[in-house]
Amino acid sequence: MDKFINSVRLDSDLCKGCINCIKRCPTQAIRVSNGKARIIREFCIDCGECIRVCPHHAKKATYDSLDIMNKFEYTVALPAPSFYGQFNNLDDINIILRALKLMGFDDVYEVSGAAELVSEMSRNYIDNHKDKRPFISSACPSVVRLIRVRFPNLIEHLLPFYEPMEIAASMAKDKAVRDTGLSPDKIGVIFISPCPAKVTSVYAPLGRDHSSVDGVVAIKEVYPEILPFMKQTADEEEELAISGKIGISWGGSGGEAGGLLIDSYLAADGIENVIRVLEDLEDQKFSDLEFIELNACSGGCVGGVLQVENPYVAKSRIKRLRRYLPVAKMHLEDDINEKQYMNKKIRYEPVFKLGTSMLESLHMMAQVEEICKRLPGLDCGSCGAPTCKALAEDIVRGDAKESDCIHLLREYLHKISDDLNSF
Amino acid sequence: MSDIIHLSYMVDGDDFTRAGEASSDLKSKLKQMGVDPEVIRKVAIAMYEGEINMVIHAHGGTIEVDVSEDKVVMVLKDNGPGISDIKKAMTAGYSTASENVRSLGFGAGMGLPNMDKYSDNMKIDTAVGKGTTITMDVQMK
Repeated sequence: MDKFINSVRLDSDLCKGCINCIKRCPTQAIRVSNGKARIIREFCIDCGECIRVCPHHAKKATYDSLDIMNKFEYTVALPAPSFYGQFNNLDDINIILRALKLMGFDDVYEVSGAAELVSEMSRNYIDNHKDKRPFISSACPSVVRLIRVRFPNLIEHLLPFYEPMEIAASMAKDKAVRDTGLSPDKIGVIFISPCPAKVTSVYAPLGRDHSSVDGVVAIKEVYPEILPFMKQTADEEEELAISGKIGISWGGSGGEAGGLLIDSYLAADGIENVIRVLEDLEDQKFSDLEFIELNACSGGCVGGVLQVENPYVAKSRIKRLRRYLPVAKMHLEDDINEKQYMNKKIRYEPVFKLGTSMLESLHMMAQVEEICKRLPGLDCGSCGAPTCKALAEDIVRGDAKESDCIHLLREYLHKISDDLNSF
Repeated sequence: MSDIIHLSYMVDGDDFTRAGEASSDLKSKLKQMGVDPEVIRKVAIAMYEGEINMVIHAHGGTIEVDVSEDKVVMVLKDNGPGISDIKKAMTAGYSTASENVRSLGFGAGMGLPNMDKYSDNMKIDTAVGKGTTITMDVQMK
């Protein structure tokens, strides 16, 4: 399977070739050439910053449309924990879960329930492996992909479990097979997602060959469909909720760490802050922390690009919703343990390396330095690269020319015109 | 004729992640009995706060609930450290909860004040070093 699939794409009709996205991309993965932006697939981590910042709405997330439900005889909805924060005046999660069934799903399985199992596994793991501290959460797919291309020393600190979405999917599918007797391929387990990174983690997973999830739909598409059903379900009795405080807290930043019941942790959100933490971590500045929670989106998953509500409003709603819930409703049974460890190692992908050998890379780095000295150092973006240094690297890689820099080009034209005049 | 339904709960002091299960169970049983929703809400909150206190501070205990036509009575008994200064403990915002449960929203210091607010009558029997018994009731509508 292709190692570098992304779920962020460009609608080139809407793209005006401005430089907003190239300046904002945290991995410098975007270039503008011939008046249109293009994403360098190996550098992109699906964080969604370009989607947030594009003033022309040309950057889009890819996900499955709701029609994917029709491909299966029996469908199970997997709502992300952050989904619950999208709704106003909600005091019982069962209302949403019942409404999902009325909307067309045959059953619902809360991802927040599986999250409580991951919390329990993490508590046990951290307790038994104190020598490998600090541990880094592996729940945010953007962060994991960032680490594998830019912070290879930290790969061994990632918690070795699958994320709650995967665990919920395999449990939901097992339950559906038991309930209906249908074969697994007729059952569709569909994740309701806050972001494009989760789409990538299903269609190009790390740590395993195939995801257990059958489809990923966007929260912002489910939201208008489910609203009309919610009034109906407010008075119904069916209890579908399987998670408590810890589970639904995973929707906001700090929630995963809170489920570990420890006090030496750090929870950072927003991709720039995450990068800062990872850089300090690489320099081993955090030796007495036990756990590091990192979320690419501000506020946590509530800040994902496919959400409807303001992330901080959603986060405060989740706080209210969890107030009188039991601490956790899902607890580990013994047989679950083995299946939930990743069966494939996450490998370092040195996409930012300049050359194929150390000698070659050193040589190319010297060339980059030399070109940088000739460039104006304005980082204006007019060449289509985010910084002068990035342009220099592109030139040395053979992807760009010095005349792409309009300042150099202008100097060159002045010189030619002076030469012609003095002829 | 008055039927009284009696429910007993053991609150596990060793497993913090099970805290809140007893009040959750009582809530669903009261729903099945068709008790007025406002009454259920008051009972659930009062009992929840008491149950959490038991786990966080007293290492668990027992909860006995009697449901009759005119009221719900809850007796929460533990053999924990006891409350040394009841007046202080009843002050809103005062908490002795540790750091590691605060990120889940605990430790705001509203436990006892909320129990008082949501129950109709509350009695605290406590002795330092011996334990605490709290009796609360909520009248049916």
